[in-house]
Amino acid sequence: MEKKKKVVVPIGPYHPLLEEPEYFALYCDGEMVVDVEWEAGYNHRGIEKLCESKSWDQVTFLVERICGICSTSHPIAYVNAVEDLAKVEIPERARYIRSIIGELERIHSHLLWVGLAGHFLGYNTVFMWAWKYREPVLDIFELVTGNRQSYAMMKIGGVRRDVRDEDIPVIRKVLDELKPKLEMLTQAVLDDPVLAARLKGVGVLTAQDVKDYGAVGPTARASGVKIDVRKDSPCAAYDLVAWQVITCQEGDVFAKAVVRLLECFESIKIIEQCLDNLGKNKGPIEVEVREIPPGEGIGHYEAPRGEVFHYVRSDGTNRPVRHKIRAPSFVNIPTFRASCLGQTISDVAIILAGVDPCYCCTERMLTVYQADNRRKIMDGREVIRLCQEKTEKLREKMRKR
Amino acid sequence: MNLLTKALTKSLWVFHLSTGSCNNCDIEILDCLTPRYDVERFGIVLAGSIKHADVLLVTGIGTRKNAKRIQKLYQQMPKPGFVVAIGACSCSGGIFRDGYPMAGPISSLIPVDVWIPGCPPKPEAIIAGLVSLLGKLK
Ligand code: SF4
Repeated sequence: MEKKKKVVVPIGPYHPLLEEPEYFALYCDGEMVVDVEWEAGYNHRGIEKLCESKSWDQVTFLVERICGICSTSHPIAYVNAVEDLAKVEIPERARYIRSIIGELERIHSHLLWVGLAGHFLGYNTVFMWAWKYREPVLDIFELVTGNRQSYAMMKIGGVRRDVRDEDIPVIRKVLDELKPKLEMLTQAVLDDPVLAARLKGVGVLTAQDVKDYGAVGPTARASGVKIDVRKDSPCAAYDLVAWQVITCQEGDVFAKAVVRLLECFESIKIIEQCLDNLGKNKGPIEVEVREIPPGEGIGHYEAPRGEVFHYVRSDGTNRPVRHKIRAPSFVNIPTFRASCLGQTISDVAIILAGVDPCYCCTERMLTVYQADNRRKIMDGREVIRLCQEKTEKLREKMRKR
Repeated sequence: MNLLTKALTKSLWVFHLSTGSCNNCDIEILDCLTPRYDVERFGIVLAGSIKHADVLLVTGIGTRKNAKRIQKLYQQMPKPGFVVAIGACSCSGGIFRDGYPMAGPISSLIPVDVWIPGCPPKPEAIIAGLVSLLGKLK
């Protein structure tokens, strides 16, 4: 360790994110973060290996349990990969249903993020509100798929369950009710002078950084890089409906929040169009896939956090011989090196949360050690407290003005 | 019932420990704390540190890398402390049972008082589990 790296702040290891939970060590000089290191593997559950022991159909359920928040993105990417391998065309109705489930998931995931970001900044009201507004979305999931999380809707060749006609008005109603609430949240974020002062210019990731690190999803789009698998290589019904890719130019945490909130509106737009088409489109919801031929297939999908990528190889038997998964946070997390350096410890919690590595930030163990004797001087709660205090100070200052 | 248990049944503080889960169980735990389910009305609050907690909520399979840390955390919990295993993963290993990083199930690492199966259990089930823990204490 170099001399100037005075203090090490380890973050983690409990951070159950996809297959790769991790441990961060922040090297600090005074308040300033000068380096970030990353270690993974605490949450490793050997999913890729397990996939090789499951049949093609069972793997869908297993990949669903890679991450609870993206619990439909991984199955979509996986079935895309297998359909690519087996050269299957799925019926149109199934494509709409896939998009509906995928977009509902995006809304619930982004709301979850807004709540947690609010919590980190000391806006616990936002936390409670965002989570309250998320509940009706979960109710739709329960109505349509039978489960609040882990929906088990994707199937090779289509979807497992149909969306019943009588459910469509219910979904519409919930979405209509959600819109004003989302608008209120968005306005609250955009207009709040404290939030602007707290988040603008914090943890900036330039477009060049995004390219260098290969970042994806809202992390990249907030820096003005317009990549979105749903547009670039459309699967499901994304090329059948009209919607836009949301981008911001600034690349700071504020821009990331704006991108996520605005994306929720796009998601609602997509779902509404899909619902319109479901009414017109009464066809089958799946095609029968009897055999998976030998070969290779790839599939990707835009999860709420960015592109998930699945690769499968088959030797003609009833199980994959190799299944490779790349989750978005795997490429987004290293961007901390670019966004955290030169920032203060009190900003780090929100920068780390800005990438939305996972909700579990709340329970993450963070410890600040003095590098020379590894004396513990701070832990996770304190780092979050620091973060919240800074907001409070700013608020005071603004009040005085 | 002595004073300690009586006080305990009025305010259970919980600490949430994820040991190789898929997040679903963890979101459902947080869901219990937010307005729709709001377990705070039973005096159940999420504690920031294991040293302030009466109950350890464990999710996940207990991976090999985590096993020692789980036991360490259990030792740090003030006694009487209770362990609630949430989700199929922590009860039995669930879908990841045959995986090579599996060191659990949790009951093989630390003593478990209440099991809440489900993948993921609904918030109602989690609340029912916690309430049955309260019943057990009484
Ligand atoms: S029990 Fe199911 S939902 Fe819970 S962590 Fe395990 S796989 Fe995820």
